[in-house]
Amino acid sequence: MLPRLEARAEASNAMRYGSPLLAVGLTLIGGLVLFYLLGRNPLHGFRVFFFDPVHDLYGISELLLKATPLMLIATGLAVGFRANVWNIGAEGQFLMGAVGATGVALLFQNSQSALVLPLMLIAGAIGGAVWAAIPAALKTRFNTNEILTSLMLVYVAQLLVSWLVFGPWKDPQGFNFPQTIMFGNNALLPILIPGTRLTIAFLIAIAVLIGGYVFMNRSYMGFQMQVAGQAEAAARYAGYSSVRTVWVSLLTGGALAGIAGMAEVAGPMGQLTDHASSGYGFAAIIVAFIGRLNPIGIFFASLLMALLYMGGEQAQQHLNLPPAIGQVFQGMLLFFLLGADVFINYRLRRASLAK
Amino acid sequence: MDTTILTSIFSASIVAGTPLIIAALGELVTEKSGVLNLGLEGLMSIGAITGFVVTNHSGSPVLGVLAAMIAGMAASLVFAIIVLNLTANQVATGLALAIFGVGLAAFVGKPYESVALPPIEPLHIPLLSSIPVIGPALFQQQWLVYFSWLLCAGVIWFLYRSRPGLVLRAVGESPTSAHAVGYSVLTIRYLATMFGGAMAGIGGAFMSLFYTPMWSEGMVAGRGWIALALVVFATWRPLRVLIGAYLFGGVMIAQLFVQGSGLPIEIPSQFLSALPYLATVVVLVIISRNLNTIRLNSPVSLGQSFRPDA
Repeated sequence: MLPRLEARAEASNAMRYGSPLLAVGLTLIGGLVLFYLLGRNPLHGFRVFFFDPVHDLYGISELLLKATPLMLIATGLAVGFRANVWNIGAEGQFLMGAVGATGVALLFQNSQSALVLPLMLIAGAIGGAVWAAIPAALKTRFNTNEILTSLMLVYVAQLLVSWLVFGPWKDPQGFNFPQTIMFGNNALLPILIPGTRLTIAFLIAIAVLIGGYVFMNRSYMGFQMQVAGQAEAAARYAGYSSVRTVWVSLLTGGALAGIAGMAEVAGPMGQLTDHASSGYGFAAIIVAFIGRLNPIGIFFASLLMALLYMGGEQAQQHLNLPPAIGQVFQGMLLFFLLGADVFINYRLRRASLAK
Repeated sequence: MDTTILTSIFSASIVAGTPLIIAALGELVTEKSGVLNLGLEGLMSIGAITGFVVTNHSGSPVLGVLAAMIAGMAASLVFAIIVLNLTANQVATGLALAIFGVGLAAFVGKPYESVALPPIEPLHIPLLSSIPVIGPALFQQQWLVYFSWLLCAGVIWFLYRSRPGLVLRAVGESPTSAHAVGYSVLTIRYLATMFGGAMAGIGGAFMSLFYTPMWSEGMVAGRGWIALALVVFATWRPLRVLIGAYLFGGVMIAQLFVQGSGLPIEIPSQFLSALPYLATVVVLVIISRNLNTIRLNSPVSLGQSFRPDA
């Protein structure tokens, strides 16, 4: 007889935290199967993908470097997702943050002032927030679906970056490559560990995670927004402003994505190019869910997703596989998590013979 | 403006609108049953690469389109199991499908990046295609263009003139009552979701076989999301999907014509390329500002899970 699902009397807390682990386990098994199907030795593929990237200190610093934008963006998105505000356009907000920061860096390229970096940070946050303000304004004013508008603006942001680096901001000595000049030292984030590329943006991300935790779990505003997400009618009855929920969600998400964009151009890239993002804005959506919309979970989920990015690069170099395999794993992970979540509210029962 | 230019603008707009029509009509049927599948972008990407690979190896675009259809159904089956049986959040699962599908297509398609397919000759419909101006635009088209019209007529007939269509709409409006009357809500939602996946697959194949006979990563370029917007724009009415898709097709083509025309207009190409996306936002604003048009027309149970034994 087929097993069937039976409703639990109470949502299982063990499964709430167990299902991400179950999803990770299933993804690993899926990975082994995938390597096998691709004609690669599964265990070797596994090692190249999940172990080799982080077997030394440099690897670990690279992992933290890649996890940094994911932590920043996912925390912002989680604030909105909890309130049922679906900002899917973090990729565009990330790019606009990078644009804002680059604008400041280019404007002050001959300045030695210590204020350039803080200014870039602010410009990055504003760039992302402005881009997120558009769906917020359209949603609160015209009831427009924020999923679709924030997404459309991703494509617009990509084209805007492309125009800037092919046009007005193109490096005159760049052999016609679509990129700006390399930023001066005053416009680059300080390195955290000498000999690596990890910048102090990692510390900013940790601070944001802590701030996000306090806001979501300890503040009245955070509580109101969560009520709005879980029971809209109750929130309306209690007089909580849905307009404010939308604005706070989108502006927080946009500003943090913008800061992530700033950290990327002022960090490992050191310039703005045609491909400034590696899909961090979309990967952060997965991070937010795997992390249970909770900053502590987001911390670990970011590390996991960063590992999938690095594994993809390793697979390209050592297994001759396209780096998009990392994305395949990312999507698979989210599928498994969403599927495994059923066990929070249901248990598996073997159907009884007599019905 | 002479008539040949006019004809080619018409013709090109219809071609540009066709993948949107096919994918959006599939999604419309899915949404009418109460399931919101946001994974269209991923499904179209999977369809595009599947159609391309199969056509490349078999030499037959018909096989390619069929394979793309099956691939779209297979991917939407995964989605259906997760949201229907496992009652996962439809928004989140749809996003997962979008991300997964785009990634999978990029992964599978890597070795095919530099491969080109022979262009496919359009199908001339005798007599009708000799009508001046509109004849060549409407009746010298790829066969999938004619398919999109038949599909539109078929969806209208199915939803509003057939008994199964009535049941499907009932499931979308009130799954509880449909269940009480004895219909299997899950089965109907499964079929509707698979149909949506099949059409998104075909829409994707149109991109890689007919629109530009090649594969490149990211070639679907947001058309899956635009198709989703189109369903809202059409307020869940099939004929309006057709009209809306040609308007979008027109916007996409207009920018290409301005770029290629050599007209003395100093607009960077990126600004023109952004027009379809901006047009989508503007159109969504115009439609959504009237809350009643959305509330009256969208299926009541859209996006909500249903468990028969609950």
